[in-house]
Amino acid sequence: MGDFWLPEAASKMASEIDSLFTFVNVVSAVLLVGVVAAMLWFMYRYRRQDPAERPTPVKESQLLEISWIVIPTILVLLVFNWGFKSFVAQKTIPENAYEIQVQARSWGWSFEYPNGVTTDTLYVPADEPVKTTMSSQDVIHSFYVPAFRVKQDVLPNRYTSVWFEATKEGTYDLFCTEYCGRNHSEMDADVKVVSRARFDDWLESAGTPDDIPLPELGEKLYTQQGCQGCHSLDGSDMVGPTWKGLYGKTNHQMADGSTVTADANYLRESILQSGAKVVEGYQNVMPSYSNLSEREVSGLIEFMKEKSDKELPEE
Amino acid sequence: MSTTTQNAPVEQAGPHEEETNYLNHETSIWSWLTTKDHKRIGVLYCISLATVFLVAGVLALLMRAELSAPDETLMANDTYNQVFTMHGILMVFLFLVPSIPAILGNFVLPLQIGAKDVAFPRLNLASWYVYLAGAVLTVTALLTGGVDTGWTFYTPYSSSTGGGVLWMTSAIFVAGFANIFTGLNFIVTIHKMRAPGMTWNRLPLFVWGMYATSIVQVLATPVIGITMVLLILEQTLQIGIFDPALGGDPVLFQHFFWFYSHPAVYIMILPAFGILSELIATFSRSRIFGYRAIALSSVAIAMLGFLVWGHHMFVSGQSAISSIVFSLITYLIGIPSGIKVFNWVATLYKGSIWLQTPMLYALGFLFMFTIGGFTGIMVGVLSVDVHLHDTYYVVGHFHYVMMGGSVVALLGGMHYWWPKITGRMYNETLAKIAAGLVFVGFNLTFFPQLVLGSRGMPRRYANYAERFTGLHELSTVGSQILGLGLFLILGYALWSLAYGEKAPANPWGAATLEWTNTTAVPIHHNFERTPLVTRGPYDFHLADEVFGGGDGEALRDDVPQIPEPAPSAPSEKETAESTRA
Repeated sequence: MGDFWLPEAASKMASEIDSLFTFVNVVSAVLLVGVVAAMLWFMYRYRRQDPAERPTPVKESQLLEISWIVIPTILVLLVFNWGFKSFVAQKTIPENAYEIQVQARSWGWSFEYPNGVTTDTLYVPADEPVKTTMSSQDVIHSFYVPAFRVKQDVLPNRYTSVWFEATKEGTYDLFCTEYCGRNHSEMDADVKVVSRARFDDWLESAGTPDDIPLPELGEKLYTQQGCQGCHSLDGSDMVGPTWKGLYGKTNHQMADGSTVTADANYLRESILQSGAKVVEGYQNVMPSYSNLSEREVSGLIEFMKEKSDKELPEE
Repeated sequence: MSTTTQNAPVEQAGPHEEETNYLNHETSIWSWLTTKDHKRIGVLYCISLATVFLVAGVLALLMRAELSAPDETLMANDTYNQVFTMHGILMVFLFLVPSIPAILGNFVLPLQIGAKDVAFPRLNLASWYVYLAGAVLTVTALLTGGVDTGWTFYTPYSSSTGGGVLWMTSAIFVAGFANIFTGLNFIVTIHKMRAPGMTWNRLPLFVWGMYATSIVQVLATPVIGITMVLLILEQTLQIGIFDPALGGDPVLFQHFFWFYSHPAVYIMILPAFGILSELIATFSRSRIFGYRAIALSSVAIAMLGFLVWGHHMFVSGQSAISSIVFSLITYLIGIPSGIKVFNWVATLYKGSIWLQTPMLYALGFLFMFTIGGFTGIMVGVLSVDVHLHDTYYVVGHFHYVMMGGSVVALLGGMHYWWPKITGRMYNETLAKIAAGLVFVGFNLTFFPQLVLGSRGMPRRYANYAERFTGLHELSTVGSQILGLGLFLILGYALWSLAYGEKAPANPWGAATLEWTNTTAVPIHHNFERTPLVTRGPYDFHLADEVFGGGDGEALRDDVPQIPEPAPSAPSEKETAESTRA
């Protein structure tokens, strides 16, 4: 029954949750069949055969009344107790858990590892506890990995955490489950569970070396920071203005009626204080990326320059 | 809401009847718009709410159509988000919350307790106008950019998205007063206006259900009003309450919101329990098993309902201890609901079961509400809810309660009281077909959603992963069958208004006052003489007047009769309650 109802299980906690789910499901199904069978039998057995029927009233049975108060109470307390115990296990984060920082924003995720590597895919080592420390740059999101049976809202004003211990190598879905606007349903990411050895190798090579050229750094950040969720490179219109031909655009129309030239200073301000100037025809929904380093901001701007054929006189 | 155009068929019935009744004693549109008659206000509400249900139902069909394939089919994400938001807001705030009290409560409650009207007839009319004002504000919200926040308005998203959010929150603030007016009216009416002999132990269970509902309406509705005002103040005056950018706390909003919206679930389901007791008693012609348990469990649910709001927030970031306490209380509230289901099934035992359309809805309710209850137990399990929260499992669960429970009970109640409200019968065969379509369509729509959810499909998704396609397709087909059933009901209901067979005074052989002591269509003041109550509401063995011609079908040809109520016995108190057969 579990296979029909539940997705693949790939964490240590999952089997516990699944047993509880199946227990409640089976008990419910048995009781439902009982109620429906009694109902159908009475419907048939006591169907009205003569319009003038006057059934004699049934004497109420106190025993019956008490039994269907007491038995369900025992059952639900049993279920509560089981749910309570596994909930405490879910909430108790092992001290040796490997910690990953999770940043959520509309509409993407980024994951930062202790050595500073930042990705848009969540890599985790198998068979050891992992803790995520999560915060949101804008509205409430929710971190949900069905295969791990974990979910936790991600808030803009405080840190929240979940932990899990992945048991099976493979790729799993991460969904956002707190409604967050237009691309809520596209706010997903891959979770890749790999062996500890492969994880270490990956972590080593995934880092962004300090010495790569700025435009390449910008290109990496474009996906890692989730810019691609709202800004296209091919001129197509998304939530935000396309980056194609953006740099160097003169008479860039703002919502307040003014126009600006899309030079490096304008782009820098738009990244660090996104709400300062809002482009005509778009909503003020972009979070501020003030967490980026000076070099990263320059990298993004250089990358935008590459995506534009316009030139501006150097300031 | 075009309330005037649809009145025409009802009024047509007037001139042909010799007797005057509440429908034909005055016929001008002005007389309807200024009426203080609880029955007419019930009809006005019925027309307004049917319109809202139609609009919100069509939105649901559009959503299901969009979800028939993983990618964009009919509408872009923004449109889909607005559509599910409007479906939720209209269904919850403008349809389900007022529905049963405003339509059937208004029409039936005073009749059932032997009163001439509700305690405050003017307030009752004001309630309808306030409701309309709320509806106008809702339309304004749509015209000023629409709303895409979901019916829950979670901050800070709702403060960042603009559009018609402020208009919509004002609409909910205003419409809330309509519910408070109705609730207040019913509480006073039930306390002060019962006919002689109508003791608390003889109140029909529908009245008990309305009583429990009214308490929740009056106590809980102000909280959503305050929350909406705070939201408006925050956005207009930039006072930080919920928005972290201003120093507020978004989780606080969730507490405020659910402090109302969880009790609101009971506002929606308690009246349905009341209707169900009436249907089961009448169509099995037996006394409700455990009358006291059913009456008091409604009140228990109303009280406990205020203490469980946090079970919507197990993964919100509230403390683990809060979650544990809320989960425990949530289980306690499951017990009274269980008691009711067992009692209703036991009522069928040794009854005389007549499978007319209202009874089909009642039996369907027992099946679907039981599923709704069990899935509720499931999402109340702390650790399992972590997996199921904000997935389609929750969507399936609350539709089993709200639609499979409340709406199905409302449909049963509308069929049951239709002859009394309109004076016409509907086509029984078509009605049975429609009930079948609704049952099959409903389960086909929402059972797959339970499976989708437990397999990890998040709710409020405009697009979804390929692997969920099959179950989504099934659900969409189900929604179309359900829609077909509901449109069939609309069709034969309108037909019945114009061409339906004239209804007798008591077509079902029911034993409560609205059937035994009134004419086929009640007169303006309800009763010729104030009824004298000498037995319990379901004491069929004492109700000789019900058995004039045997049963409903035999009675149908008879001239409507007003049975003489039996005089009260000297020791009036508990005669009906003691189990003398």
